[in-house]
Amino acid sequence: MNWLPTRFSSRVYILLLLVLALAPFIFELIDQPFYLDLLSRALILAIAVISLNLILGFGGMVSLGHAAYIGIGAYCVGIASYYDFYNGWLHLALALSVSAVFALLTGAISLRTRGVYFIMITMAFSQMVYFTFLSLEEYGADDGLVIYSRSEFPGLISMDSATGLYYWIFALLLASLFFVQRLVHSHFGRVIVGSKFNEQRMQALGFNTYRYRLTCYVISAMMCSLAGMLLGNFTGFISPDMIGWARSGELIFMVIIGGVGTFFGPLIGTLAYLVLEEALSAITIYWHLIFGILLVALVLFGKGGIHGWLSRLDRKQVDHD
Amino acid sequence: MTDYLLSVSALHKHFGGIAATDNVNLEVERGQVHAIIGPNGAGKTTLLAQLSGQIKPDSGNIEFGGRSIVNDSMARRARNGLARSFQITSVVMPMTLLENVMLAVQGTGGHSFRFWKPVSQDTALKDAAMASLVEVGLDDRAAQIAANVSHGEQRQLEVAMALAMKPRMLLLDEPMAGMGKEEGSAMVEILNRLKGDITILLVEHDMDAVFNMADKLSVLVDGHIIATDSVDNIRNNADVQKAYLGDGHA
Repeated sequence: MNWLPTRFSSRVYILLLLVLALAPFIFELIDQPFYLDLLSRALILAIAVISLNLILGFGGMVSLGHAAYIGIGAYCVGIASYYDFYNGWLHLALALSVSAVFALLTGAISLRTRGVYFIMITMAFSQMVYFTFLSLEEYGADDGLVIYSRSEFPGLISMDSATGLYYWIFALLLASLFFVQRLVHSHFGRVIVGSKFNEQRMQALGFNTYRYRLTCYVISAMMCSLAGMLLGNFTGFISPDMIGWARSGELIFMVIIGGVGTFFGPLIGTLAYLVLEEALSAITIYWHLIFGILLVALVLFGKGGIHGWLSRLDRKQVDHD
Repeated sequence: MTDYLLSVSALHKHFGGIAATDNVNLEVERGQVHAIIGPNGAGKTTLLAQLSGQIKPDSGNIEFGGRSIVNDSMARRARNGLARSFQITSVVMPMTLLENVMLAVQGTGGHSFRFWKPVSQDTALKDAAMASLVEVGLDDRAAQIAANVSHGEQRQLEVAMALAMKPRMLLLDEPMAGMGKEEGSAMVEILNRLKGDITILLVEHDMDAVFNMADKLSVLVDGHIIATDSVDNIRNNADVQKAYLGDGHA
């Protein structure tokens, strides 16, 4: 299977990770601290996209409601801080456990459906979260809620500075990349991938595919809540707008642009999406139109996304050798 | 007393007004190869699907190893030693032959909620899968992607996967379907080698192959079993000849 980065692309990815590791210094050098903001936000989204790719790319479960878990993670930080609980471990435990429970309950129902019904039901559940947040008068309802202080992790790097927070994000991004890679190659991962391609066969082989897929869904949701927790800290503000279903759709686009079911695709896809958005919106106010056409072209002609292109470049290179 | 591994009693399945399975009673002796023959549309695949748990019968009972399994899921039946291969090739196409068979070993070997260690480092799993590939003569093709090998080899892979589950009983749905003569006889050879070790229930169109392998035959016509007997007796049975010749020469 064409998962692992091939030679040329793996060099590109390693270079990219190096640049990301040094980004705060690079941006300081060129005196553009604003870029660190952009990049922080991008990498947070990348974590969410990596988690979505786990179920969508490797497991074949197309969820149009994944942004709900970003919201859950962020609201866990926001609401805890509202009551003056700033301990980061508490925030982490809350985000992970609330998202796990919500994913278990909604996944148990959603995963009984297939295809377009699964898409619709995941979207419906995420809208449920959206409207719940909208109705929380105590926590600002549609005005949102300001978080006055970031999560505190005594003894670890503080999130208070932009650079500190960036390295938190970067570390969790690396952990997510590594974790998904391990997971997909494990016994569990084989079952998930097998169920994507031929679920009936997997059942005939003795696998209760429902349980495996549900477990995968919960793991993915918990990963995504980490992104939410980071986003709450980053923006210092939570509101229902973070998690409309359009945001879930964006996450799917990022997966597709980067390369569905690949390890680095989600990171590349997220960066490409956000850079494109930023660049186009600087050129013209009608940038949505161009952006839309580009996305359609990418989906139609860019088989395998950016990771696919890089891998094809590799194959050409091998031919020349 | 005869030792029956599988016994089916009064099985019924209707699709709308059509009786796909009409009061089927069937007993398969342990260690034997039992073949089900019958004209197209007789309900052979539907019967097999009910035995494997893919579809639920309307009424009737299925006992496997002395226990009723009629309410068990397909996955549960598979773990209990009732393995099936599919009429239409059903493997995980983007994976290699070895990876496919490894999945089959994994499926019956305890749970797979193991999240961290790479499955490729599980040598016990790999060895068991390789052994099944050797049995069907596919060991030199182990690293090929399933989608890239020939149809005959995919059929052999089906059997290797079924074998890898270490089943007590194999349900084979037309293992020779769409095979050339050479591939077909290779398959007969493979199945003949398994004979005696594993109880086999076989649905097959190729009469030569059936007469070659089966200990016992049941003839299914319009969802109903009209005769169950030894191969020789069935050959000379007037009803069977009528059902078959009527179908074949119409």
